[in-house]
Amino acid sequence: MDSIILLIGITLMYSTPLIFGALGGVISERSGVTNIGIEGMMVIGAVAGASASYFTNNPWIAFLVAGICGGLVALLHAIASVSFAADQTVSGVAINLLAPGLALFLCRYFFDGAAMSPIVEKMPKVFGDSWMAGTVYSNLNVNVTTIIALLLTIATWFVLYRTKWGLRVRAVGEHPAAADTLGIDVYKVRYVCVILSGVFAGFGGASMTIGIISQFTQTAISGHGFIAMAAVIFGKWTPFGAYGACLLFGGTQALTVLLGGGSFPIPSQILAMLPYAMTIIVLVLFVGRSVAPKADGVPYIKGSR
Amino acid sequence: MEVSSEYAVQMHGILKKFGVFTALDHVDLDVKKQTVHAILGENGAGKTTLMNILYGLYQADEGGIYLNGEEVKIATPTDAIKHGIGMVHQHFMLVENFTVTENIILGDEVCGAAGVLDMKKARQEVQALVEEYGFDVDPDAVIEDITVGMQQRVEILKALYRGAEILILDEPTAVLTPQEIEKLIEIMHDLIAKGKTIIIITHKLKEIMQSSDECSIIRRGVYMGTVNVKETNETDLASKMVGRNVNLTVEKTKAHPGEPVLSIQGLTVKDERGIDQVRDLNLEVRAGEIVGIAGIDGNGQQELVDAITNIVKAQAGTIKINGEEVQNTTPRNTYTHSVATIPSDRHRWGLVLPFAVSENTVLERHVDEEFGAGITLDYDKLKSYTTELIEKFDIRPSGCEDERMSGLSGGNQQKAIIARMVSAAPNLLIAFQPTRGLDVGAIEFVHKTLIAERDRGAAILLISFELDEVMDVSDTIAVIYHGQIVGTYEQGTVDENELGLLMAGGGAK
Ligand SMILES: Nc1ncnc2c1ncn2[C@@H]1O[C@H](COP(=O)(O)OP(=O)(O)O)[C@@H](O)[C@H]1O
Ligand SMILES: [Mg+2]
Repeated sequence: MDSIILLIGITLMYSTPLIFGALGGVISERSGVTNIGIEGMMVIGAVAGASASYFTNNPWIAFLVAGICGGLVALLHAIASVSFAADQTVSGVAINLLAPGLALFLCRYFFDGAAMSPIVEKMPKVFGDSWMAGTVYSNLNVNVTTIIALLLTIATWFVLYRTKWGLRVRAVGEHPAAADTLGIDVYKVRYVCVILSGVFAGFGGASMTIGIISQFTQTAISGHGFIAMAAVIFGKWTPFGAYGACLLFGGTQALTVLLGGGSFPIPSQILAMLPYAMTIIVLVLFVGRSVAPKADGVPYIKGSR
Repeated sequence: MEVSSEYAVQMHGILKKFGVFTALDHVDLDVKKQTVHAILGENGAGKTTLMNILYGLYQADEGGIYLNGEEVKIATPTDAIKHGIGMVHQHFMLVENFTVTENIILGDEVCGAAGVLDMKKARQEVQALVEEYGFDVDPDAVIEDITVGMQQRVEILKALYRGAEILILDEPTAVLTPQEIEKLIEIMHDLIAKGKTIIIITHKLKEIMQSSDECSIIRRGVYMGTVNVKETNETDLASKMVGRNVNLTVEKTKAHPGEPVLSIQGLTVKDERGIDQVRDLNLEVRAGEIVGIAGIDGNGQQELVDAITNIVKAQAGTIKINGEEVQNTTPRNTYTHSVATIPSDRHRWGLVLPFAVSENTVLERHVDEEFGAGITLDYDKLKSYTTELIEKFDIRPSGCEDERMSGLSGGNQQKAIIARMVSAAPNLLIAFQPTRGLDVGAIEFVHKTLIAERDRGAAILLISFELDEVMDVSDTIAVIYHGQIVGTYEQGTVDENELGLLMAGGGAK
């Protein structure tokens, strides 16, 4: 029983950054722009969140700053892939290569050459910091970012499926020319969606550095963005699907932690591979069968045939 | 022509260039109110470009647009919609996984507060529209589940929902069965009675005669004049369109079929989603005959051809070429059994566009001793061989051996494929949509070549979505529906209506 509660708690904790990243992926790809730069945007969010929390001592402001910084990086991706119709994979890879270097540079700049930030103020826990302290139930006292992630999932779903903007986003991701002939500005829709995806990814990075751990380190974000992308596919490009997929991946990570702590006769290095192995397995099994938005990854060029 | 309020649309002196290429050279168009006005021209004449200008998708470099006698500026589709212009595009602009209602309201949504969709009200509005015009469309159906004819009606509804008074239909009949075409013409006349004006683009003469009041002709971007449809005939229109006399009938002698070359028994093929596209299909093609398969796109034609050519696996059944089973082997095995294929999508399957014309002419045969020993290619030989083909098949421009295939026009690319296929003197020639996107002159050439191949003794399997083509060229006509052959006739023993019914699933076994 105790270990189940522990498992639930850790699953929720580890899935939170993934959920933010995956929601970013959903919103961007639903508008027809592949965003494999989620990883890089999360890294930037991670360093921005920790630094802002250090300087303001206000983790809420830091969380917002992380979103804005993620959005700024996404703006680069939007300019390249929407305005200049560049290859979206290349643009995303460029961001992923650039971001860790930039993050390290900023970290060293802010913190006297250190490769990691000092311990900073974290986002609060849902029931206050002392709820059930010392018992196993304290594991269920999740960080507010976990709740924000859930609310954001619901909000994304609502906007996508219940509002006119969502209808337009989905139309642009499926058949941009059709949307264009009805007077919908394809470029504007894509810009907004890509920037939002960066904001979400920035939140994701911050939910790691000021939600789970309380500092920025170079390995704080290591592949979370890629796992989030897998969750987008596994979740069939829907907010709740992606949410569920992230819980699965987060759960795998939790399992790693649990098993690694005990007297389990498997080397911890092998266990640490589990979330990544799971990602590959899921992708192999489901990628062929899930249906991406039709125009996903295809730049829209007005008047081209 | 005077600018006058008698006309719903007038476009005067329209010039449009794409780079150095002049697509429209000072074209005029005058469409009287409450009439059906046809625009006739060969592929690439500039018909769609002209209409895209009217709909605000392109900007004219010169010229003016007048609606009801008033000059207007149309910079975007939104402007066009505001002026009461609606356009049904040649390739439908429908979001496949949206419902009919969602497609119709997109961009002009019915909303409650804060942009929240009011789908109930939207549905009612669409339903009211459907009833007003008597269309047979379910507002809740998802686009990918409904027939092409219905999809087209959704496109028309989209325009009507936005209050269109002028409706542009770009090649609306290309994808329809004869019955659906009849229904469309009915709808068009209905709309005229309700006060609308319709512009219909087509290169099918028969439909102009049935549907239109006036017809404007464009030849290679140049306006050739407007005729009153009542005072003209098909032959006359055809020669105005191409600029010379054309023979609209296909001339051939009676076939003398020999032994079966292709025989298919109980063939079943699944698509990539695991759905049966070809179901227990039987078919035989004998030497010296043309078997034409009539059917609407998506009834298993692609999978049938892919299975014969071994691009996909057959789930069940046998495919025999000259008595030898070839199913579930390799494309090369099909080829070595003397089968040549003119693919439906020449860019996707038939050619490597960035390669030189000469390289393209040996795509299958590059391994033959004739073109090089071991791992080398004999480029001189390639070139002289290509020169031969260019001369024999009149591929233009002459001397294009070293040019990239992408630089040739569609008709000449198709000639290059046909030259390559025919020069192998195949026992079985599969022609899948061989005249797709070609103009009247090139179509004549393709049909003549198919018949010449038949007379040489080859078995020909012609698969086309153009019913007229199947009826004119084939010795035996088979109808495919839902992956099965649902009827087989000798040429001349069946009419268009009967075939059309079978193609639409009527009278299926
Ligand atoms: N966006 C474009 N860019 C370059 N060339 C174009 C474009 N649109 C049309 N063309 C060219 O203009 C000519 C007319 O095309 P189109 O209007 O589509 O012909 P039609 O509808 O009569 O078959 C063709 O030669 C075509 O290749
Ligand atoms: Mg056209």
